[in-house]
Amino acid sequence: MSVLVFAENWDGKFKKQTCELVTYARQMADMLGFPVTVVSIGNVTDEELKTLSRYGADRIVKISGEQYKILDNQSCTSAIAQVAEKEQAGVIILAHNNTGKALAPRLSVRLKAGLASGVSSLPASRDNFVVRRKVFSGKAFAAVRISSEKKILTLSQNSFGISEAPKESMVVSFTPKPDRTGIQTEVRDVQKQAGKVILTDAEIVVSGGRGMKSPDNWGPLEELAGILGAALACSRPVSDEGWRPHEEHTGQTGKIIAPNLYMAFGISGAIQHLAGVSSSKCIVAVNTDKNAPIFEAADYGVVGDAHKVLPDLIREIRAARNQ
Amino acid sequence: MKILVCLSSVPDTTTKVRFRDRDRSFDAGGVQWIINPWDELALTRALELKENPAAGVQKVTVATVGTAETEPVIRKALAIGADDAYRVDAAPQDAWCVANQLAMVVGKEPFDIILAGIESSDYNGSAVGGMLSEILGIPSVSAISSLTIENNQVILNREIDGGKEVVHIPVPFVGIVQKGIAKEPRIASMRGIMTARTKPLQVLPPAAVTPMTETVEYQLPATKKACTMVDPASIGELVRLLQNEAKVL
Repeated sequence: MSVLVFAENWDGKFKKQTCELVTYARQMADMLGFPVTVVSIGNVTDEELKTLSRYGADRIVKISGEQYKILDNQSCTSAIAQVAEKEQAGVIILAHNNTGKALAPRLSVRLKAGLASGVSSLPASRDNFVVRRKVFSGKAFAAVRISSEKKILTLSQNSFGISEAPKESMVVSFTPKPDRTGIQTEVRDVQKQAGKVILTDAEIVVSGGRGMKSPDNWGPLEELAGILGAALACSRPVSDEGWRPHEEHTGQTGKIIAPNLYMAFGISGAIQHLAGVSSSKCIVAVNTDKNAPIFEAADYGVVGDAHKVLPDLIREIRAARNQ
Repeated sequence: MKILVCLSSVPDTTTKVRFRDRDRSFDAGGVQWIINPWDELALTRALELKENPAAGVQKVTVATVGTAETEPVIRKALAIGADDAYRVDAAPQDAWCVANQLAMVVGKEPFDIILAGIESSDYNGSAVGGMLSEILGIPSVSAISSLTIENNQVILNREIDGGKEVVHIPVPFVGIVQKGIAKEPRIASMRGIMTARTKPLQVLPPAAVTPMTETVEYQLPATKKACTMVDPASIGELVRLLQNEAKVL
């Protein structure tokens, strides 16, 4: 048996979340006494693949080919399922991101493997496969037992951390049998904004709410995000009003994020908003209302007008960075 | 074309969650139930398509897996404009069970487009739509933020990191929808509420399925320590705290 990790790549490169997945898989594999196998789909160099051995991959299976340039849920499921069978995977681990959420449920059905998604802990023990996951959109946790023999997990991003456990790994190529249905989804166009920090990847997030008063007041937030290499986010009213794109909406029905630092400006902190950001390691809130619920969730608070605080904050951070 | 929208009945988003039975089950006492927000957006989009003659949608059906207590949520969907409904009479045990019950509904009546929200706001599994498509052996597209039909061709926008893809797909398929698919959910009119009472709602006995997962315990997050307040006149202090105490800058 083995622990199998699906390592997604972005234009041939892995991200920190991939390293976190392999770290998690390594620790689980040590607990279960299994090796860690990584499967990669798409065009990734052997050099890049080998970087995953630093976090504990024993074996790396690469599947390449033009047909895998786009994510077709059926063909990717078929390819990963074939690797899982060949490698006798007892546990399969994917990221709890758009790709993982698309593939894990299909794999679960295909392999008759119980699925726990958005997991943030290792199993309780070797014989008691109970993992912790977020439920009620971050308002609570559930301990979930997977009773099937094979198991699938999606790991909540930035919930476990990265640690090195170097292994001598080998890279092997694998050519899956084509999926019985063939690829039916057809990607006609890809629109990407280059150079933008992706919200769910960001270590620092700068967020604005209705207290910003107008979409024309986003300049200082953008400037602050620029200095910090942060992503921009917003509260639901802001995206509902069309002040900012819905991709930036964080909260119960938007993105659920867990950055190291979340800075909320003019956000009162409705329970739905807090659900999406409460896993942040540190929360800073700036709001004119000292009774705003955001201060109950925040680590550091400033009672004041975001429009006045932002220029000071930008100046102080610049000064601190220049020292 | 015929569209099926899968609905989940969930606690209102303002609910403060509590547990009972020594933290083994959700305490539903005093909870208001609503259509899962993503499912509601999917339903809204399905109804918009039905109202546009060029899209060629003849019927919008809703389906849920739940006990009789979920009927108010189904009636709400009918009041908003769905034509008919199925309820599989079973308490949802896990995503695998729910997906199998929904597959049984599709087995009774074929649909061209099956829509499901990307997750439910209670169990956040993000699993039912994908599992359903695999059980049915049809394509699925996840994280879709727009759905249009032009000359019988379904065109979707799928969100990817830092952008989106425009995807064409043949029917039947499962569309797993997220925010952006429709702007605002609809509010039922008085007339809608009246007609909803007489719209067909079929109750089906559940298929026999064994769950693959079970929740053994719930926990509330640890309470946070009090917030450190910083004077707006000394923002430099905030920066020093973030650097030296929190070590996040």
